[in-house]
Amino acid sequence: MANMISVTVNGKLHTSDVEPRLLLVHYIRDVLNLTGTHVGCDTTSCGACTVILDGVAVKSCNVLAVQVDGSSITTIEGLAKDGELHPLQEGFWEEHGLQCGYCTPGMIMSAYDLLQKNPDPSEADIRYGLSGNICRCTGYHNIVKAVKYAADKL
Amino acid sequence: MIPSTFEYIAPTSITEVADLLSKHGEDAKILAGGHSLIPLMKLRLAQPKILIDLKNVNGMNSITEGSDTLVIGGMSTYYQLQSSELIKNKVSMLSDAAADVADPQVRNLGTIGGSLSHADPAADLPAVVIALNATIVVDSSIEERFINAEDFFVDLLTTQLRANEILREIRIPSLINRGGSAYLKFANKASHYAVVGVAVRIGINDAGICEDASVGVTGAGTHAVRAVETERMLLGNKINEDVIDSAAQESVASVDEFLSDVHASGEYREQLLKVFAKRAIQLAVSRVS
Repeated sequence: MANMISVTVNGKLHTSDVEPRLLLVHYIRDVLNLTGTHVGCDTTSCGACTVILDGVAVKSCNVLAVQVDGSSITTIEGLAKDGELHPLQEGFWEEHGLQCGYCTPGMIMSAYDLLQKNPDPSEADIRYGLSGNICRCTGYHNIVKAVKYAADKL
Repeated sequence: MIPSTFEYIAPTSITEVADLLSKHGEDAKILAGGHSLIPLMKLRLAQPKILIDLKNVNGMNSITEGSDTLVIGGMSTYYQLQSSELIKNKVSMLSDAAADVADPQVRNLGTIGGSLSHADPAADLPAVVIALNATIVVDSSIEERFINAEDFFVDLLTTQLRANEILREIRIPSLINRGGSAYLKFANKASHYAVVGVAVRIGINDAGICEDASVGVTGAGTHAVRAVETERMLLGNKINEDVIDSAAQESVASVDEFLSDVHASGEYREQLLKVFAKRAIQLAVSRVS
């Protein structure tokens, strides 16, 4: 019962046979071996699995791989260009926007969506934009600063 | 968590969708944004044999303005509702409520049609479409039906949708924004679902008399309802704090049975409804221009 999908991930086209029940996050991690996208709660709550799907942030644990046939996806691995960190990655480094780092890829992908829609966000805008992502280390203060850093740089 | 096995189909027309629904009956489920259905499938509370994705059906996510109505395609996402200039200008309560649903990632995929058809008792938009006097248009390709929003929701997770029908669009009278409106909810801290939510639209004339009132309630009972008694106590009266207070107290009369669960007892929801009805009416009145 496999379905054929073609999907562009980080600029590269992948054609795969997938079972309809395969979740997008498992396709990304287990089929494409892009393990920067994390599985956190697996219940659409924590945002650790966030990726950019056709330009917007989505929780990939709540999307089926068959749904993204013909789509374009960016994961955390697709942000750095020619060895240069994306300003968001640099911001998390410079502002110490993480402790354990588990939520970080999802935080960065949500922030990426936020900055696309709102290049100059206030602190309240950043907190609203990251409301779908949970950090269990209570590190929101520096995460907000990291996003602000990236916004200023972009 | 992995769903049980199913076959996935993404047809391109309502006719094809309706044919598949007729053919497969209870074995088939429609997939819109997937933010209610896929979690249920992962928990195996839902185990459809056939999943029919609406994503390739043309025109289902458009938001357009007709001569006297706004037409919102069932596949329009919360983010579309939140960011559409047409919705913000014509029915600001809907864009405000959509912006307060869950979180950005959920709003990027979750749809109004999916939310209304799923009829979660704690969903926000059912109360809002009731207060906006919306009409829900359902289509089986051989018949289309126009259902008043308040009649659409019949019980817990149950609507008037028949097994072979698709929620195609939502129609809202485009002059409905005159006056003031507000949607307020007591939100669950983790999920942001409405423990109780109240949507109010009110029109007040120059003499201070309420000429138009429409109140939708969600979260309190098994399904969203119109607070008929509250509307009756507002209509024709000069609006002041006493009238608002009495009208808000009457909101509980429209709920047959208050839900009681881990988030709130029925007694607490009843109290929340009175408080949030009052605050929503006050806010709507303050917005009357």
